[in-house]
Amino acid sequence: MVDLSRRAFLGSVSLAWAAPSAWAAAEPSARLVVIVLRGGMDGLHAIPPLGDPDYVPARGGLALGPDSGAPALAGPFHLHPALAPLLPLWQSRELAIVHAVASPYRERSHFDGQDVLESGGAKPHALSDGWLNRAVVELGGVGAMAVRSSLPLLLRGSARAASWDQSPLPGLPPERVRALVALYAGDPLLAPAFEDGVQMEAFAAEALAEDPMVMDGKPAKRSHAFPALATAAGRLMAAAEGPRMVVMELGGWDTHSGQMGRMVQPLAQLAEGITALAASLGPVWRRTVVVCVSEFGRTVAENGTGGSDHGTGGAMILAGGAVAGGRVIADWPGLAKEQRHQGRDLRPTLDGRAVFKGLLRDHFGLTARALDGVVFPGSAGLRPLDSLIRA
Amino acid sequence: MTRDTAHFALARFGMGAAPGEASAIAPDPRGWVLEQLARPASPAELIDLPDHARILRRMAELKRERAEGNGKGELRQLYVSEAGARTRAALTSPTPLIERLVRFWSNHFTVSAARAQVAPIAGAFEREAIRPHVLGRFRDMLRAVVRHPAMLAYLDNAQSIGPNSPAGQKRGKGLNENLARELLELHSLGVDGGYTQADVEALARVLTGWTIDPALGSFRYVPRQHEPGPKQVLGLLLDGGEEEAEQALLMLSRHPATARFIAAKLARHFSADDPPVALVDALAKAYRDSDGDLLVMTRALVSHDAAWAMPQAKIRSPDDLVIATARLLGPDRLKPEESDRRLVQTLALLGQSPWSAPSPAGWPDRGEAWIGPDALMRRLEWAKTQADRWGRGLGGGVLDEAIVGGAATRQAVAGTKGAEALFLVLASREFQRR
Repeated sequence: MVDLSRRAFLGSVSLAWAAPSAWAAAEPSARLVVIVLRGGMDGLHAIPPLGDPDYVPARGGLALGPDSGAPALAGPFHLHPALAPLLPLWQSRELAIVHAVASPYRERSHFDGQDVLESGGAKPHALSDGWLNRAVVELGGVGAMAVRSSLPLLLRGSARAASWDQSPLPGLPPERVRALVALYAGDPLLAPAFEDGVQMEAFAAEALAEDPMVMDGKPAKRSHAFPALATAAGRLMAAAEGPRMVVMELGGWDTHSGQMGRMVQPLAQLAEGITALAASLGPVWRRTVVVCVSEFGRTVAENGTGGSDHGTGGAMILAGGAVAGGRVIADWPGLAKEQRHQGRDLRPTLDGRAVFKGLLRDHFGLTARALDGVVFPGSAGLRPLDSLIRA
Repeated sequence: MTRDTAHFALARFGMGAAPGEASAIAPDPRGWVLEQLARPASPAELIDLPDHARILRRMAELKRERAEGNGKGELRQLYVSEAGARTRAALTSPTPLIERLVRFWSNHFTVSAARAQVAPIAGAFEREAIRPHVLGRFRDMLRAVVRHPAMLAYLDNAQSIGPNSPAGQKRGKGLNENLARELLELHSLGVDGGYTQADVEALARVLTGWTIDPALGSFRYVPRQHEPGPKQVLGLLLDGGEEEAEQALLMLSRHPATARFIAAKLARHFSADDPPVALVDALAKAYRDSDGDLLVMTRALVSHDAAWAMPQAKIRSPDDLVIATARLLGPDRLKPEESDRRLVQTLALLGQSPWSAPSPAGWPDRGEAWIGPDALMRRLEWAKTQADRWGRGLGGGVLDEAIVGGAATRQAVAGTKGAEALFLVLASREFQRR
């Protein structure tokens, strides 16, 4: 049943035994934000290896020049200029890059690629729920939320999860809510979605009420732009009983043409969104990991239209106060044709699931049994990546 | 019972029931559905809209004249008018099955208005490449789609150039495999249809030269951009300029994987998220036996008992929901001009901006994709605004005709009136489905 008096985030079971704010002040619990970059982000463009001697000849018209202003990170790797707002995080060791990484998927369909990335299976459509949902179950049902209207596969499964987006419409009065609870009873789709939706709206109304932008309970300035959503998501997560697992997403990466221009905007949005999260999470940022990941990378060589086609290896961006940052983690395969996957794509030298397993083990304390058998079933042969989390 | 069947037919095969409609077709609901297949579909609402070439020439002109924002306002208005016209056509159509089919196929061959070059011609694409073929041959629709500037621009083929063609050699330009891949994966065979990366690349070479003439604003085959030499796609050897792509598309339209893929999608749209295997088999067979005749396939669909199995199992998409609501309340509620803009805003709010699917795969066709917790709240909040606005003057008979079955909903509505009653109907599990 929907309990309208409860302003707790769904999934955060009774905390009546403590004043939540006092506990939150003592030590915030671990938080994870997964930002799904839909469309296949070109990791070689976001985190260009300008110092690799094969970079310019391999990328042709997609290569950033020495005067592009791309800040140097470590080894051959630089940050795309549009990501430069993340540089302070790099300097404070709160930003790490994982490069030449891919999911186990080796074909080039966006949709199957996203299915593998989100389900955590070894191949498309092998699993019907998401690895993050299974992790939520293993953690005893911690609060989870997607910042969009519906749940992405990553958060679908047996654990309840909320979805939330900005709404310009007035909410439903309590008597209508009560009527619908009765009318939806037993409906496998509408009943749980409604219950979660009502609870989430009540929670968000309260968590965002202290927003200085809010007037009369309505945000004065609403935006679906990624940075604005990130700010709101950070506030919701920072609330005393806020969700601990959050999924956001950002598109615009399928740059088959005009890539030099077309990638600037999504990269800038991503950088602005991450810095917005850092600001709105406040003290909780210290206990947060943000991981940005795409379904695959793109071809090393420029295609015929100033863009790149679907590829394999790419880059992941990790940010957060809990990240052991200031590092680029890569077993770099090189860019020369014979070093590429099938002669065309950046060769992946790391399975992205190892990153997720490392985060879930060291940030949330999940056991090897849970990780190898449940969250990423059949992955016992794949070791979690060590020391991603600040000691 | 018959009126329930009539109502079911209007919701599932049509675009929702207008007051009095269920009673009118109750004597023969199946006949009402079948009869629509015999009638041509050219809604008056769409007659005055410009064709794609005129729009593309106008876009070029605006750019040349350095109009403010390259004429952004004018082009946006065109998109909004197209969205409004398409919706009004669905509201008033005597053949709503055709309107549903247009939407289904338009979504199958998604182009996205998120690309600035595509937005002003997305409506024209649907009118020109989809609508004339929904009861024709799949291969004709496929050809019309692949040659349409909206698709050539959206999936980048307009710029793809054979690397060994004269143009490629001269300008150092080359292939873009975007259209070739989605043609195989999303438009014909399906991702498990048995093609390889080599087939994708070969098909991309086959499609080189199929581009847009910037002066005319329409399709043109440019021989000097076409990759020379023989190519092999799924075992079919091709070596002949513009004809290569024609042959490849014909082969794809006749491939058994295409029959299967399309049958499953059509069955999913009309029966259930996980459609009965018998229905998929019957549709695939109808497709194969008729050489891809969509009239034959659609007739097989609407004649199949599995497609008439109650209860309603499909969640209405936001577009469906808005149209069904407006049909129930009367088409006058959606007047042209100023309300077109509001309509586009409403659809955006509910998560389905016209011609703006998030990827080339189109809008999802499964209930859970539309009923996230937040999405459901938005649908209900919108229902409340509609109920508050129009509920007062509504007669009880209108509400009685609004849903199929739903004893509990009827009971709850019976104890209320006006805005509250209309809200309960619009929010009901029955009205949220079709």
